[in-house]
Amino acid sequence: MTMTAVLALAVGVFLVRLAGPLMRSRINVSERTETLMKRGAIVVLAALVITGALFADGGFAGWALPAGVLVGGLLAWRRAPILVVVIAAAATTALLRLAGIA
Amino acid sequence: MRARNGLTALIGRDLLRDTAAYSVGIAVAGASFAALATAQGLPWWITLAMSMLVYAGTAQFAAIGVAAAGGGPAAVLATGLILNLRHLPYGMAVGHLYWDRWWTRLLGTHNLLDTTTAFALAEADPRRARIAYWTTGAGNFAASAAGNVVGIAAGRQIADPAALGLDAALPAIVLALVLPSLKEKSTLLAALTGAAIALAASPFLPAGIPVLLALAGLVFAWPSGETEPEEAER
Repeated sequence: MTMTAVLALAVGVFLVRLAGPLMRSRINVSERTETLMKRGAIVVLAALVITGALFADGGFAGWALPAGVLVGGLLAWRRAPILVVVIAAAATTALLRLAGIA
Repeated sequence: MRARNGLTALIGRDLLRDTAAYSVGIAVAGASFAALATAQGLPWWITLAMSMLVYAGTAQFAAIGVAAAGGGPAAVLATGLILNLRHLPYGMAVGHLYWDRWWTRLLGTHNLLDTTTAFALAEADPRRARIAYWTTGAGNFAASAAGNVVGIAAGRQIADPAALGLDAALPAIVLALVLPSLKEKSTLLAALTGAAIALAASPFLPAGIPVLLALAGLVFAWPSGETEPEEAER
């Protein structure tokens, strides 16, 4: 990969990041629109978690990864701090892989 | 010292602790990216430039993956951009938090990530949301830079992030941050529908598109005329 390709990607990603606030500043943001946009981001983030936990490189990610995310999610639901969530999720996935469960 | 205490008080211990926990994960991810990229023959300065300028972990890993598989610049660019289209709804949701001066707009735009968005959305109070956005962003930047330097120096000796289970850590953080918002029934319904759509689409579409299709779930969460109590103040 060349520096030119990296710069092109950097500019492209920046423009995508810029597009949201620019579109936002062009419309009159009512409370309903505000609610809708926040929900939209939550929906995308939730879908990112689910697809990221189950898919890797175009196929099923194996059981260890979703199991770790699930353990982290359950702890978060029980109001555990992020630190605990991170360690528990990573440890679950790592131990399952160590045990030979992909 | 007083200024430092003031900053700590402003940010709050919980957020500092969360940022630290999250940054450790980002540092290891950055190190593994840099180790992988340089092992593939990418010069160290291009590796570092990519991490600091593209500044989007999933797109970076995907880009070097495509390049390693023999993809040309156009394929690299397309893969990276499609993966990052999700930043569009993120920017619409949190863009107002940094849309003040030209330099906060510039830095804030660069700072738009899955996690900074999720941390900001997890705060109901707009002032706390701003603090969360910048604090987690600063942690992410420092951790990513430090991780890259370590990864470049250590090269292939770096631990395999998969063996450490780190690929589970970031989705778990984002999940923890969106959970409180899912207490709202309509948001939960929209998120579940969206996730189902994204899952069904994932085997067929390039990564990055399915999570956008999830937005169709919003038909179940279209705010009606009534105002919900939590957003009464603006």
